[in-house]
Amino acid sequence: MKNWLMLTLVGKDQAGIVAKISQALFDLKGNLGETSMTRLGGNFTIMLMVCTPEKKSTVQEKLQAVCDDLELFFHLDEIEGGLHQHVEPDVRISIHGADQAGIVAQATDISNKAGLNILNLESDVVGHPGNPVYILHMEGVAGNGIEVLDKSLQIFALENDVVVHVTPIDTMVG
Amino acid sequence: MALLNILVYPDERLKQVSQPVKKFSEELNQFVKDLEETFHSFPGCVGIAAPQVGRFERIVLVDVSQKPQHVNHGFLVLVNPEIIFYDGTSLGREGCLSVPNYTGRVQRAKLIVLKAHDVNGEQHEFRMSGYEARAVQHEIDHLEGKLFLDRLVNRRNALTKRTELSL
Repeated sequence: MKNWLMLTLVGKDQAGIVAKISQALFDLKGNLGETSMTRLGGNFTIMLMVCTPEKKSTVQEKLQAVCDDLELFFHLDEIEGGLHQHVEPDVRISIHGADQAGIVAQATDISNKAGLNILNLESDVVGHPGNPVYILHMEGVAGNGIEVLDKSLQIFALENDVVVHVTPIDTMVG
Repeated sequence: MALLNILVYPDERLKQVSQPVKKFSEELNQFVKDLEETFHSFPGCVGIAAPQVGRFERIVLVDVSQKPQHVNHGFLVLVNPEIIFYDGTSLGREGCLSVPNYTGRVQRAKLIVLKAHDVNGEQHEFRMSGYEARAVQHEIDHLEGKLFLDRLVNRRNALTKRTELSL
């Protein structure tokens, strides 16, 4: 059985984080699986799957040295690989409006109750700093159908003065 | 009739550029029948290109009729297809028999005008839009040795409002 680890890492953004972390894992004979690496605000974040013959403690030690140099925080968990099990989304939801606390909590609660299984969620705060706009995008599987989801979210939109677009994803396979 | 084997990436042959069909023979007709049987053995699939089964000639099958919500021309055999007009852009999700277990967002022309021969060598012209136009562009890419992986739009960038407006 392959030894998979999930690396969670965060720290102040600076050039070279991905290269140095990837090299450290490669030096441990690590093979990367699926990853998400992105800048959130002024921070850089990594969540990555790595398969390595080394023990978790060895990986921890090697990464600690690199992360101390770069002033990054990280965490390692042993996980099951689960590759080659992609789930196809059938709906995309976009929400935007004046930034206000609770948009994500309410939108995802309503979506959950309407049968949505979220596969991917990304959000941004944009616009003028004095008058920020929140933009949220989700992709997922609408377990109870897209109409049910759209109806619930349009009520949420009216009540919270935000705009919600619910768009079917019809994947073309050729 | 026979089911043909699908080449799967990273098979290098998928990068090969296909050559025009020169002879509209009975052998071509038989190959198209085999390709059609192979195509219909994959439920949900709306197109296939000859190089996907290792024949590097410019032959494509498209059939969007199983998705009647999309305007379509039914089952099409497109030999030596050529897109002579493109208009607009559209982002949509694509998958491929030659790239199992992955789909991604790809930008395509929203409207195309296409010239192609049928299996008997007769030339036709089609005006296509949306989903069917996407399917044809995906399949013609195979004839050029390209996969939808060559045209993926970065996931996070695909979410920006500016890009959404270009739909």
